Amino acid sequence: MKTFNSQPMSRRQFVLGTSSGIALGALPLSQSILADSSSQTPSEKILNGKEFDLHIDYQKVNYTGKNRVATTVNSSLPGPILRWKEGDRVKLRVTNHLKEDTSIHWHGIVLPSTMDGSPGFDFDGIKPGETFEYEFDVKQNGTYWYHSHSGLQEQTGLSGAIIIEPKEKDPVIYDRDMIVMLSDWTDTDPEKIYHNIKKMSHYYNYRERTIGDFWADIKTKGFAHTWNDRAMWNRMRMSDTDIADVVGYTYLMNGITPERNWTTLCKPGEKIRLRFINGAAMTMFDVRIPGLKMTVVAADGQNIRPVIVDEFRIGNAETYDVIVTPEQDQAYTIFAQNMDRTGFARGTLSTNPHLNTVIPAMDPAPRLTHRDMGMEMAGMDHSQHESSRIIDHSDHDVSAMNHAAHGGHDMHNMENTQSTDHSAHDMNNMGSMDHSTHDMKGESASNPTSNIAKAGFGSNFGAAQKVTHQKTEFGPHVDMHAEMPVSGIADPGIGLRDHQHLYDRKVLTYADLKSLTPTRDAREPTREIELHLTGNMHRYMWSINGVNFMDSAPLELKYGERIRVILVNDTMMTHPIHLHGMWSEIETGDPQFIPRKHTVIVQPGSKISYLVTADAKGRWAYHCHLLYHMFGMMRMVKVT
Amino acid sequence: MIIFNKNFSRKYLIATLVAANFSTINIALADEHVDVHAQHHVDSQEEEHMHDHGDNPALTKVMFDQLELRDHDGKHSSVIDAQAWIGKDVDKIWLKVDVEKFSGDIHEAEVQTLYSRAIAPYWDLQMGVRSDLKPEPTATWGVLGVQGLAPYFFEVDAAVFVGESGDTAARVSAEYDLLFTQKLILSPEVEFNFYGQSNNEKMIGSGLSDANASLRLRYEIYRELAPYIGINWVKKFDRTEDFAKARGESGGETEWVLGLRAWF
Repeated sequence: MKTFNSQPMSRRQFVLGTSSGIALGALPLSQSILADSSSQTPSEKILNGKEFDLHIDYQKVNYTGKNRVATTVNSSLPGPILRWKEGDRVKLRVTNHLKEDTSIHWHGIVLPSTMDGSPGFDFDGIKPGETFEYEFDVKQNGTYWYHSHSGLQEQTGLSGAIIIEPKEKDPVIYDRDMIVMLSDWTDTDPEKIYHNIKKMSHYYNYRERTIGDFWADIKTKGFAHTWNDRAMWNRMRMSDTDIADVVGYTYLMNGITPERNWTTLCKPGEKIRLRFINGAAMTMFDVRIPGLKMTVVAADGQNIRPVIVDEFRIGNAETYDVIVTPEQDQAYTIFAQNMDRTGFARGTLSTNPHLNTVIPAMDPAPRLTHRDMGMEMAGMDHSQHESSRIIDHSDHDVSAMNHAAHGGHDMHNMENTQSTDHSAHDMNNMGSMDHSTHDMKGESASNPTSNIAKAGFGSNFGAAQKVTHQKTEFGPHVDMHAEMPVSGIADPGIGLRDHQHLYDRKVLTYADLKSLTPTRDAREPTREIELHLTGNMHRYMWSINGVNFMDSAPLELKYGERIRVILVNDTMMTHPIHLHGMWSEIETGDPQFIPRKHTVIVQPGSKISYLVTADAKGRWAYHCHLLYHMFGMMRMVKVT
Repeated sequence: MIIFNKNFSRKYLIATLVAANFSTINIALADEHVDVHAQHHVDSQEEEHMHDHGDNPALTKVMFDQLELRDHDGKHSSVIDAQAWIGKDVDKIWLKVDVEKFSGDIHEAEVQTLYSRAIAPYWDLQMGVRSDLKPEPTATWGVLGVQGLAPYFFEVDAAVFVGESGDTAARVSAEYDLLFTQKLILSPEVEFNFYGQSNNEKMIGSGLSDANASLRLRYEIYRELAPYIGINWVKKFDRTEDFAKARGESGGETEWVLGLRAWF
């Protein structure tokens, strides 16, 4: 694969400032200025080295014509790019100039829990006027990011990119790299947004069904069909246009509005590594660069076997590194439309500053389906060819598994650790669960699992299975239960499922992710923890297993153990779930090359399983990375 | 880079920005010097308040469902139909106020003070006290009701009332939103009142005493603010109708309404 180095690093050059190209702050785009400043200048906004001084302060900004106050790092939104080197020990002195507590969480970085930067866990936050010195060894490489873990500061701009240069030669070949950080800016006080949706859940949905839509449907589908179609949603009191909770943002690419168009120049034939980071509070983006194939080489900072795609969805907090090679003299648009197609961030990758860019039209707004309610019939295919490829793994022999010896773990206080009976070991029965003996009262104990699915597959393969819901998942705080959740592993997600078919765009799915390097921990998981992502959209309440964070007991893991987490999404929202401190190894069908992620999208009404090696002692946050879901949809994970 | 030094020339700022490869802040170039700390102070206090409560902040919502003028054959009345709640996700204190003013006098005034508890995904159970302040003599009722969203998106409020002397009454109302556009919304509403006994003093008969049906067409300028026009039919039944007729009133009437729907 030509994307990767076979020889010691030769072609890659680190030119200071190349990671940003040209960014125009307060200036309207002007081609002449672009041309003038095409010579690379060292950037003040990239910080290299082992010691860093970061200052968090209020900052006046103006993205929409209105002056607003952001919270920023070193007066920059996003904050400065931090470049570390794998193997270094870094010191970061963070000073809080705000009038409230703050924090910086190093997202995806493996470090001691006291350095993780999540207030309320093994870290107390940084008080106004105080300086906290973070210090830890950098044991990984790739693209990551940092953000505030206090209140709603992330929404007001407190985030930035991290690039960690590998200690060994980089297996990825490229000439230049640059950060493409996506975010969502709002002029509205984030707390006001939160209150708006608490008081009126559809506050931001201006795509509700109208009488006109109804008539149009009757004309095309007939009355009976239309009525039946609508009846389910109406009975459920849910909206099939409820894709994103908050819209109306100004979407930024590296802090630049679509109007101002973040632009960078390149030479034809150059291999450019774009390091995409979704630093948005509430927005998932679908990214493509019309005219260019993207070779995805890393997910969440971890190298993967390259996958050539036309489009990918990037969930909140995820990162993807892609290689693009502009061959022609052309201005390419980096187009990041939001998931519900109400807006986009964009930038330009151009070989010539005098070329005009074309902004593509947004794709049609998606609508939710039965599948997103976890109601899809078992075995029903979802029109992705990926799925059939995945199912082919059924010829793997898993019949030899026997984990009976792993019984006896003390799992009291484990919430919803459910035993799984896999007495029949063919793939079709994987994921079939016997919960008949479990009548749990919220914080439940579990029987040690006798036999569980083989590492690398988990519950991501085989037909949809009926799941059992606990008592805590019933009540005013939960409005939906996925009865037959399908695997989300090969699902590109809402609004992308037909893109291959309609537009011939290959869309990345998790099923495409295979680690470039062999699985580090080859052990089989010894037990499974099934967690249900729950909520009531109407009341805007979010929880896990029906229990919100404040009322929940920690999930307890034994230091060194390897477990499987099965997440079932009992809602129609797409939740990006982030485990601090440890990797989430998504089971994509190859036990030898299990990809490691820090944030995992759980598709609506679907399930996904991943492995976790509890190799980091301490108390860690585990939560949905949609900012306004996070307070409720969170758990403490305690590794002792 | 010093952002807030107003002595910086515009030119210099631009130059700095272009030079700073990744500078992404849109700096307001106006002369004004804004004390961002002061500006943010109130917000941050409020925000800290929220941290204490995590995902379940104590909130207040005040809703003026009907703030309207009614016209019936040239006779005008004004109506305030408002609700307010304060509380958290599950437990709330809920106020319902209904006032009708006719030629300068408050003709009808009813206040309900309720404890509201979420009992199902879409339903709140409400109990408390209803005070009929007008017309006199005043009356006090105990209230037990449910309010919520029924299948097919009907907003429903149903309650039974028990008076001091053991009198009983019940009220059911339902409202629906039909969207012509995302902002132009037609809202049909019906309300039925029942009494367990006749009350000659108040000129109410037992059984179904009166019903209300209305259509309001509102335009949501913002989510929180929508002027509307509409029509309201009032109909009295059985003995209540007889009482009205005996007073020389009609048993039913049609009113045009003009009003404002607002919440915050």
